[in-house]
Amino acid sequence: MQPITVENIIKTYRTKKTTVDALKGISFAVNKGEIFGLIGPDGAGKTSLFRILTTLLIADSGHATVDGYDVIKDYKQIRHRVGYMPGKFSLYQDLSVQENLEFFATIFNTSIEENYDLVKEIYQQIEPFKTRKAGQLSGGMKQKLALCCALIHKPSVLFLDEPTTGVDAVSRKEFWEMLHRLKLQGITILVSTPYMDEASLCDRVALIQKGEILSVNTPKGITTEFKKPLWAVKANEMFPLMTQIKQNELVESCYPFGQYHHVVFKTQENIKETLEAIAKKGNYTNFEVQAIEPNIEDCFMALMKE
Amino acid sequence: MRVLKFLLQKELRQILRDPAIFRILFIMPMIQLLILPLAADYEIKNINLGVVDHDHSEYSRKLINKIVSSGYFRLKDYSATFKQGMYAIGQDKTDLILEIPAQFERGLVKEDEATLLVAVNAINGVKAGLGSAYIQGIIQDYNQNVRMQWIQFPRFNPQPTIEVASSNWYNPNMNYRLFMVPGILVMLVTMIGSTFAANNIVREKEKGTIEQINVSPIKKTQFILGKLIPFWMLALIELTIGLIIARLVYGIIPLGHYITIYIFASIYLLAILGLGLLMSTYAQTQQQSMLVSFFITMIFNLLSGLYTPIESMPQWAQIITRLNPVSYFIDVMRLVVLKGSSLSDIKYQIFALLGFAVFFNTWAILNYKKRSG
Repeated sequence: MQPITVENIIKTYRTKKTTVDALKGISFAVNKGEIFGLIGPDGAGKTSLFRILTTLLIADSGHATVDGYDVIKDYKQIRHRVGYMPGKFSLYQDLSVQENLEFFATIFNTSIEENYDLVKEIYQQIEPFKTRKAGQLSGGMKQKLALCCALIHKPSVLFLDEPTTGVDAVSRKEFWEMLHRLKLQGITILVSTPYMDEASLCDRVALIQKGEILSVNTPKGITTEFKKPLWAVKANEMFPLMTQIKQNELVESCYPFGQYHHVVFKTQENIKETLEAIAKKGNYTNFEVQAIEPNIEDCFMALMKE
Repeated sequence: MRVLKFLLQKELRQILRDPAIFRILFIMPMIQLLILPLAADYEIKNINLGVVDHDHSEYSRKLINKIVSSGYFRLKDYSATFKQGMYAIGQDKTDLILEIPAQFERGLVKEDEATLLVAVNAINGVKAGLGSAYIQGIIQDYNQNVRMQWIQFPRFNPQPTIEVASSNWYNPNMNYRLFMVPGILVMLVTMIGSTFAANNIVREKEKGTIEQINVSPIKKTQFILGKLIPFWMLALIELTIGLIIARLVYGIIPLGHYITIYIFASIYLLAILGLGLLMSTYAQTQQQSMLVSFFITMIFNLLSGLYTPIESMPQWAQIITRLNPVSYFIDVMRLVVLKGSSLSDIKYQIFALLGFAVFFNTWAILNYKKRSG
């Protein structure tokens, strides 16, 4: 039995004048003990999907189960079994760290002691501040506390909606390490993130865009699906370089990526020559060119185009 | 039960920890209760009187003295002509002109007949109405006195006269505060019950904490009770403080039993908290709930009979007041405090409020959803 199955979920938000198709028939399944990443830009429909799976929102049509229970019919069972960490920090800011944890333990009919070993590692990091009010914690600490609160009732499925948004690089790394340790304890984790670099930390990812799933695969699988040659170019005059590359008919796409432009070609041959010819024609200084392996973001860009 | 206990504990902690809430809950109402009853007084005093006396006789002087010594009027202007008197009204120096014609004394003595003119500035309707009523009463009294002096009465009155002797029951001295303080107390309790409870729930929505509650197995009724009980207690504490102030500062000791007041207040709060809860299920932000509850409590208070007697409202407005829980509480407070009514005397009001409580709370619980469509 797969802990999360989603079949053809459709959700449309209607206001007086406009309708927004948040989810246009999404299907996927998550295996037990897996970190499954939902990767997509803002507005892709990630939060809507989370809210449907955590029984907060009712989908227009489609079918979904969490831990074997239907999200519509058996929502009461699901609420006992899942941990949910919303994207927005939503613990009581005027209660202390310990009081928050106690409160969430109590409303799930358990106590901190009962499941302490599960949260121990994370809680120890924030324990020195346990009398501090939650509102006065730093961003990373808040996320750790929120994770503790989501874990305190020993959920079998954990939903994390953009847990690392707005958190510094070090805390982000720590956070992912914690997720991996949780996974070892058999907890299935569905995590969403707008950061492509975090995708490689998941076991499997679904790329989601405008309410549609572009691809579901392992991070490696997704990058090997990328068949076309990919090159990185760099020069002092970046913008004219990009416009000129885009004009070439052998080029499928060109987009900025960090210090480089990534260029995708339609053909396999004569790539380096073509790029160097462009550079020569435009008199670009410090021109660099190299073939590279695609990463998730390249795949995402390519899938978005299709 | 353990969950509910913990919810209450959490709620009280949050309330006690928020210094603003605490101040608003206790200090502001106390100040209101100390200022409003003294300031909001119906009795019109210090009406500014302008006199245009064309007669300058002993009788006219007597009349003016009588009016001024009544205590309701202050002689502010003494003009030679009516035009000048009107000018004084225009300058807002006076509220009322009494014009005494030139032949006043002669007419009174010789022809048994005299005319006076009273002109009133009616910008402030209440002041104008009461002012002219007072002055008419005084003039009539004066008229009677003048006649008494002259006329040798026959053994029996030539005309049958009816004299009215009035006695003020339940509030013999017509003490205005006795009437006003319980009403203001009701207003305060209402504000705490509706506005504060509503805001508290909406705050959870705003901060997003309600999401965490909604994904938990906690029951709808547990959550709602956890919200209502703390404010129910706070409002009763507020009532207690109010009753203590009423007793110590205004010397108001209810004729009826304090227990009667508390029993009724408890039921009343169920209705009002239900209303607050209902508002919170519709509002998305604290601002919305604040504005809506401000609007509703204002209408409730103005139509409650606190400021204007319900009996003098038009028929349609009287029907509206029956749909207003505040009017029942004000009614009961006055009945218990002034008249000493017992529970059996106010059973009609109790049933009415139980009806309100069931109505508002059911609607609110039906409308509060842990999940959205």
